[in-house]
Amino acid sequence: MSELTSKSALELAAGLKSGEFSSVDVTRAHLDRIHATEEDFHSFITVTDELALETAQAVDAQRAAGAEVHALAGVPVALKDLVVTEGVRTTAGSKMLENWVPPYESTVHKKVKAAGLPVLGKTNLDEFAMGSTTEHSAFGDTRNPWNLEHVPGGSSGGAAAALAGFQAPLSVGTDTGGSVRQPAAFTGTVGVKPTYGSISRFGIIAMASSLDQVGPMGRSVADAAALHELLAGHDPLDSTSLPDEVAGFLSAAQTSDLKGKKLGVIKQLRGEGYQDGVRDAFSAALETAAAAGAEIVEVDCPAISYALDAYYLIMPSEVSSNLARYDGMRYGLRVEPESGPVTAETVMAATRAAGFGSEAKRRIILGTYALSAGYYDAYYGSAQKIRTLVQNDFAKAFESCDVLVSPTAPTTALKFGAEADADPMALYLGDVATIPANLAGIPGLSLPAGLADGLPVGFQILAPAREDVKLYEVAGPLEAALESAGGRVLDTLAEGLRK
Amino acid sequence: MTESSAITPEQVEHLASLSRIAMGEDELNALAGDLTTILKNVARVNEVAGDDVPATSHPIALTNVLRPDVVGETLTSEQALASAPAAADDKFLVPQILGEE
Amino acid sequence: MKYEEAIKKYDPVIGIEVHVELGTATKMFDAAPNTFGGGPNSNITPTSLGLPGSLPVVNEKGVEYAIKIGLAMGCEIAETCRFARKNYFYPDVPKDFQTSQSDEPIAAEGQVEVELEDGTLVTVPVERAHMEEDAGKNTHIGGATGRIHGADHSLVDYNRAGVPLVEIVTHPITGTGERAPEVAAAYVRTLRDIFRALGVSEARMEQGNVRADVNVSLRESPEAPLGTRTETKNVNSFRSIERAVRFEIARQATRLEAGVSIVQETRHFHEDTGETTSGRPKSDADDYRYFPEPDLVPLTPSREWVEELRASLPELPAQKRRRLIAEWSFSDLEMRDIVNAGLLEAIEDTVSAGAKPAAARKWWTGEVARLANQEDKHPTELVTPAQIASLTGLIDEGKLNDKLAKDVLSGVVAGEGEPAEVMSARGLEIVEDTGALEAAVDEAIAANPDVVEKIKGGKMQAIGALMGPIMKATRGQADAGKAKDLILAKLGG
Ligand SMILES: [Mg+2]
Ligand SMILES: [Zn+2]
Repeated sequence: MSELTSKSALELAAGLKSGEFSSVDVTRAHLDRIHATEEDFHSFITVTDELALETAQAVDAQRAAGAEVHALAGVPVALKDLVVTEGVRTTAGSKMLENWVPPYESTVHKKVKAAGLPVLGKTNLDEFAMGSTTEHSAFGDTRNPWNLEHVPGGSSGGAAAALAGFQAPLSVGTDTGGSVRQPAAFTGTVGVKPTYGSISRFGIIAMASSLDQVGPMGRSVADAAALHELLAGHDPLDSTSLPDEVAGFLSAAQTSDLKGKKLGVIKQLRGEGYQDGVRDAFSAALETAAAAGAEIVEVDCPAISYALDAYYLIMPSEVSSNLARYDGMRYGLRVEPESGPVTAETVMAATRAAGFGSEAKRRIILGTYALSAGYYDAYYGSAQKIRTLVQNDFAKAFESCDVLVSPTAPTTALKFGAEADADPMALYLGDVATIPANLAGIPGLSLPAGLADGLPVGFQILAPAREDVKLYEVAGPLEAALESAGGRVLDTLAEGLRK
Repeated sequence: MTESSAITPEQVEHLASLSRIAMGEDELNALAGDLTTILKNVARVNEVAGDDVPATSHPIALTNVLRPDVVGETLTSEQALASAPAAADDKFLVPQILGEE
Repeated sequence: MKYEEAIKKYDPVIGIEVHVELGTATKMFDAAPNTFGGGPNSNITPTSLGLPGSLPVVNEKGVEYAIKIGLAMGCEIAETCRFARKNYFYPDVPKDFQTSQSDEPIAAEGQVEVELEDGTLVTVPVERAHMEEDAGKNTHIGGATGRIHGADHSLVDYNRAGVPLVEIVTHPITGTGERAPEVAAAYVRTLRDIFRALGVSEARMEQGNVRADVNVSLRESPEAPLGTRTETKNVNSFRSIERAVRFEIARQATRLEAGVSIVQETRHFHEDTGETTSGRPKSDADDYRYFPEPDLVPLTPSREWVEELRASLPELPAQKRRRLIAEWSFSDLEMRDIVNAGLLEAIEDTVSAGAKPAAARKWWTGEVARLANQEDKHPTELVTPAQIASLTGLIDEGKLNDKLAKDVLSGVVAGEGEPAEVMSARGLEIVEDTGALEAAVDEAIAANPDVVEKIKGGKMQAIGALMGPIMKATRGQADAGKAKDLILAKLGG
């Protein structure tokens, strides 16, 4: 680990601005670190050395010429391999798209390029973002830098591991049911799920369209806020993109304090099923917040108990439709049946049998069932009603507090293979705290709140829809309070990694 | 969901054919079990929300997002076909299509 | 069983689904051009091709056109409606779902008044009109006939994928009896005329801009419940629609008579034989798993917009025809011929440029149509309504007769100028100079003593024999009436 790779994104931005070092220096340091550690972490599916260095050189040249550049220009970033990158292979973690090189650009990558952030590569994920461990990638497991025996979480596991492993100072993930917040929790990093529609989904390979949202990730709240500001904004190519003005995330993270802030602890999300260490770390964080002037109240969100059920009907339904296009006709994998007639129909079926992993298939079949004639009202229809109830609960809860808080996940990072024996529902339970925000479209953030048995614990903050700034108003000062109370969580890891 | 409505492998076979995934017997059986478990857990959504609760299809209520009828950037046929598993005459080549005229 | 027999025994019920391709500049959900031409797979965006990560955005013009179509049929325009995904796998459907509308169409419950050949009016009840997108196009390679069966493979062009469609679905059309085939065709023709009048589509059947699926079922009597129906897909000319319905009625009756039930299925119509053949039966594969399209937000057309569009609707073809028949005193048959020849607008313009309706009709459907036919063109490509109006004006003024006017017309068609210019340039104006006419008459009388005798003897029709030489001498410009008067005067009659 070099001096440069241990710096935060904003520290790097400052050093680049002052000329202390160049973007090529910074980018090279990160690429070197990636190549030195990938065997252990496997955060990336594709590393784009040349492209990253090209961008770095261009930014350095612009700076040298005195040109006005973006505040984050020259600071490297890693993109989850669900983000379409024109000319760079984009796999979605699936065999289906193993060799797919997109002929068009996502809005996210367009913005990253326009701002001059060198893209280090495409990070690993559960296939089509379906999973909570990154074990469902067609390109191998990503390992948690805290302990290689443990998963980094998922589906943005590669994105989180790249941050925790000091391979990248910034990561772009996606969050459909917790896929940014939970891996952030598992790796001691910061992950944000903005309000639905805050960041354009154009060019983000869809999992469940009404739940998917791009999430900025960093090693600090301020870094994530700066990346959020860069990525957010209205996009006419995405019908669900919000027209809202984007500003003030970073300054909110840097200048707010906790005095008078009302934190509502969600009653339904701190009881049973939570690992002791997680509960303890969460309680300790609440005490720290209170000591810093925050007011802690308890709020009731009864509909949240049904959120997981609703999610596991809505998500697979949309998945079954979104993943239909992978049929071997236009792009991606094509497989012919081993026997029998070769027709469009049998080739589609053989392609999808070979191209999708077991979790993808399970969700497609479940979604197909939930949408089929005779079941729609009972399943998909009812689940959409639960969504209304969850939204109502949140709206009511926000009347009595500024933000809602809970542990991000019931446990710390699981060991590899832990899910193999579990029944599918037990597994899905890990998303219980993160899913409600996706159903309701509200923003959420996870920041590290200490360790439990040597692994990081995540603290989740939820804010009202379209008031993402409130996340940062609380997360920024809370992070500072927690660090001054217990030290930086990631410093523990950094020390370990240096050895 | 009542116990009698456990998902059978035959049902999964039908769903697999609706979703165009070739599946062997083992897979059908395993999925029948998984689906039964999952549905048993989630089926209670049906009991919670009554007719008076409106469904939410979009988490953020936007309406009338429309695009002016103006031609934009297009792909070239080379770009379109670059990732095609098979192509001929600037078209996507697909296996024979049965069942429709 | 013959049709005539079938229709005596059974009461037919028809239902028609019409798809019309809208004439917008771009596709329904992306900014690819909505045009033909250009190479295969060139009018596409990532969205037209259903690439991973691509998203749809609704074309405002597409919505406007759909509302206009709905209003023209007297439909209620939804205050709020959504798009839905219709999920099915097919190689020409890029996303393997079609973005359509299911239980929330933009327009519902209207009617279309259809006029049959003999002027009978039939009201066709419309259930709904909804917006959706077209699929790509398959070409089947390797089969003997270019059909799907026996083909080795297919080639897919996605240029058409995403082209905006409005689908109009009727309620069951009952009470048509033996005229069911005629009603079906007339209904689609009426829609075609409405689309054109609204300017929402070129509505060219032969181009596939308008496509019809025809549902037919039979029942014992009008009181009996509806029978099992078949859906004959993509019948693409008025004549074919009529034939397909006719064939299905006869075919179904034959089965029912033999005690064989009707299979609910899609069928295909064959232009060459006039027959329909079985496609595929309705099955579980028709479980389309509709659900609201999460990538598109609800549409809530404001009432102001709807009223604005209502106010902008042009006079619709049926109304207009009825008005013009009254104003112009044409017969129904004359009007129908005009409409079928695509000359209504030209005649209307000619009349408003000052011509008499009868004269306008006569010239457009007569000489102009004849010349156009020779050149394989549409009459309106040869001359303008203003030119025909000034031509008939010259006749009214007595400067031309019909024969001369035809010469002038050919000059106009040949690009020699406006009618008056051609008339003077070619020296075709009717001779007013009695001196020249008198000389010609004298000459004719002198040269034909035997004819003169006959006339003197009271055989007035013999005057015609003198007219030839007189016309020849005056190069056709003599006013036949005046010449006749002169002859009679000179012969002391
Ligand atoms: Mg149809
Ligand atoms: Zn349709």
